[in-house]
Amino acid sequence: MDIVLQQLVNGLTLGSVYGLIAIGYTMVYGIIGMINFAHGDVYMVSAYITAIAIALLTFFGIESFPIIIIGTLFLTVAVTGAYGWVIERIAYRPLRNSSRLSVLISAIGMSLILQNYVQLSQGANQQGVPTLLTGAIRFTVGDGFVQITYMKLLILFISLLGMGVLTYVIQKTKLGRMCRATQQDRKMASILGIDTDKVISTVFVIGAMMAALAGVLITLDYGAFDFYVGFIIGIKAFTAAVLGGIGSLPGAMLGGLILGLSEALFAGLISSDYKDVFSFSLLVLILVIRPSGLLGKPEVEKV
Amino acid sequence: MSQAVGINFKKSIIDTIVAGFLALILFGPIVGVLLDGYEFETGFGRVAWMVAVVMAGRFVMSCFFQTEKGIAMAFRYANSDDGATVLAPGHKSKMVWIIPLVIVIGLLVPFIASKYILTVIILGLIYVLLGLGLNIVVGLAGLLDLGFVGFYAIGAYGLALGYENLGLGFWSMLPIAAILAAVAGAILGFPVLRMHGDYLAIVTLGFGEIIRLVLTNWASFTHGPNGVSAPLPTFFGLEFKRRSKDGETFHEFFNIPYDSAYKYMFIYLVLFAVVWAVLFIKHRLVKMPIGRAWEALREDEIACRSLGLNHVLVKLSAFMLGASTGGLAGVFFATYQGFVNPSSFTFFESALILAIVVLGGMGSTLGVVIAAFCLTVLPEMLREFAEYRVLMFGILMVVMMIWKPRGIVRVTRTGFTARKGAVK
Repeated sequence: MDIVLQQLVNGLTLGSVYGLIAIGYTMVYGIIGMINFAHGDVYMVSAYITAIAIALLTFFGIESFPIIIIGTLFLTVAVTGAYGWVIERIAYRPLRNSSRLSVLISAIGMSLILQNYVQLSQGANQQGVPTLLTGAIRFTVGDGFVQITYMKLLILFISLLGMGVLTYVIQKTKLGRMCRATQQDRKMASILGIDTDKVISTVFVIGAMMAALAGVLITLDYGAFDFYVGFIIGIKAFTAAVLGGIGSLPGAMLGGLILGLSEALFAGLISSDYKDVFSFSLLVLILVIRPSGLLGKPEVEKV
Repeated sequence: MSQAVGINFKKSIIDTIVAGFLALILFGPIVGVLLDGYEFETGFGRVAWMVAVVMAGRFVMSCFFQTEKGIAMAFRYANSDDGATVLAPGHKSKMVWIIPLVIVIGLLVPFIASKYILTVIILGLIYVLLGLGLNIVVGLAGLLDLGFVGFYAIGAYGLALGYENLGLGFWSMLPIAAILAAVAGAILGFPVLRMHGDYLAIVTLGFGEIIRLVLTNWASFTHGPNGVSAPLPTFFGLEFKRRSKDGETFHEFFNIPYDSAYKYMFIYLVLFAVVWAVLFIKHRLVKMPIGRAWEALREDEIACRSLGLNHVLVKLSAFMLGASTGGLAGVFFATYQGFVNPSSFTFFESALILAIVVLGGMGSTLGVVIAAFCLTVLPEMLREFAEYRVLMFGILMVVMMIWKPRGIVRVTRTGFTARKGAVK
């Protein structure tokens, strides 16, 4: 019983982070109908920038945890956002009117570029960040106990906050209205005076920023990372996006939570060696059975 | 274009400053601050260089695209040409002379080249085979398969595990691996028939990863990350070893001195023959209805289905044929290395094969052969740049898609005319 509860706690935090990254996939897919293949690598870059930001901040003699975490969040989100903009500009904008296959291949190329760029400059070794926040709340359950570390609470808090702010922006602000209009009909939106190129850029930046948020949180919690982490987590976040219904924001969050929970339970109860196999199989299964996901609308093929 | 052309330097300078600022943000942290444990070293000199290069490049580009020539060039790339070149109906291919020449040269290679060069060429040929296989799936049928390495792994592990558990050798495994991989292709193909484009890419990617993860984790059967040894090919039962436990070896039978290069020569010759066979089969298939159906499906699936094409059969056949070629390549890879382990079958390998198809030209056989050699043999020859290999592939893929999405070698096909006297 305590194992199940513990895995539920772990799965909840993991899932909220998957949800954050899935937002990047879902928004880009919703607006230009393609998978941003380099999104996982944007997450990976943000993990490196997190470590660099922490190293820089401690170098300048800042020791207090709140300032470090706020500073790191701010730096990472800003820099990763710039990555999102540049990636869109280089790999996607010139291909706006090309076939989907071309765009996808260019995206894969971008993903390879990012991985190798980081590997060449930072080395292939695993990197790490120091543990900044220790301590946990413990509950006794039956014979064992369940613990929730403060770090996990922080992850939940920040990711819920991030999702809340994003939902507000999309639902209530002018920028959000422009995004939704572009998502519905790009041509019509541009006829009505929306600079759709700008909106698409903005969506890429928002997606990258959400991935950066996830990058900071996971890196702080887990401590270690290398240039290859973006690949697996990218596919998992994509699974979450598809599970929830790609193109739908609440779907991404829901899908992230479901994936995180089921993966944690699978790892805890059945086998942790095969937990990635489980996620990939889940992806295949969803795409075969219900490609529109839980909250998505079925895609209408236009002739 | 009759508009007045003049370079607006103010715009160029603003462009340059923006590019420099962005380059600083992108390169600054990752290149400028090198993590070393929880400490770091700085490398601001390199950042300054990179930013300077980006700014200079951006300035030149910005100015160039404001000149008359630049505008014309941008216009040309924005409307990059598509489709195939149709030759005149009576066109006689020059290949008639070139092919026998290439075959003769190819047959002479193992007797001239050193052992090292021979091994590199074998590797190149293995990638030719892989490229040809993926070219059917991606280039002709337009189904983006990012898990192609899975079939490659099935072939390679098929040989290694088949030898260990069932005592199957190279020759018996060659057809079996092709069939096994084709079956795996069908298993993958069936559920994904309804998907296309991006979804298909991700599912196949997941499939490739599942195979790799199973190979890594199922230690009791596959020996996990330690890998399995694979058998060498045999020449009518003769082994290419210095000494054999059972029976004679190749050099003893022919009474020639032992040379470790014999086995590579032999692998090369068999591989060479298989590559030609695959080339021939593919060449014919493309001209047959099935090949035309693949290409038609690539261009417009809905139109094809409304014209009565059985898309299930067409897609499955592409998947299975592509996969079986990948399986063949896997067998050669295993026997060439004498050893397989999961690290040879990562996503990067799939991306490399995809890069071969993309660079060579979607659907172009000649292009794929050239690209396979360029992308595998060149990095071997330029060892000192080996670490930049992946970066180059990535840049190549992005640039090719922007510049020439159909690859370097354009697909050509012969035109048709009505027979004389058939229709008036």
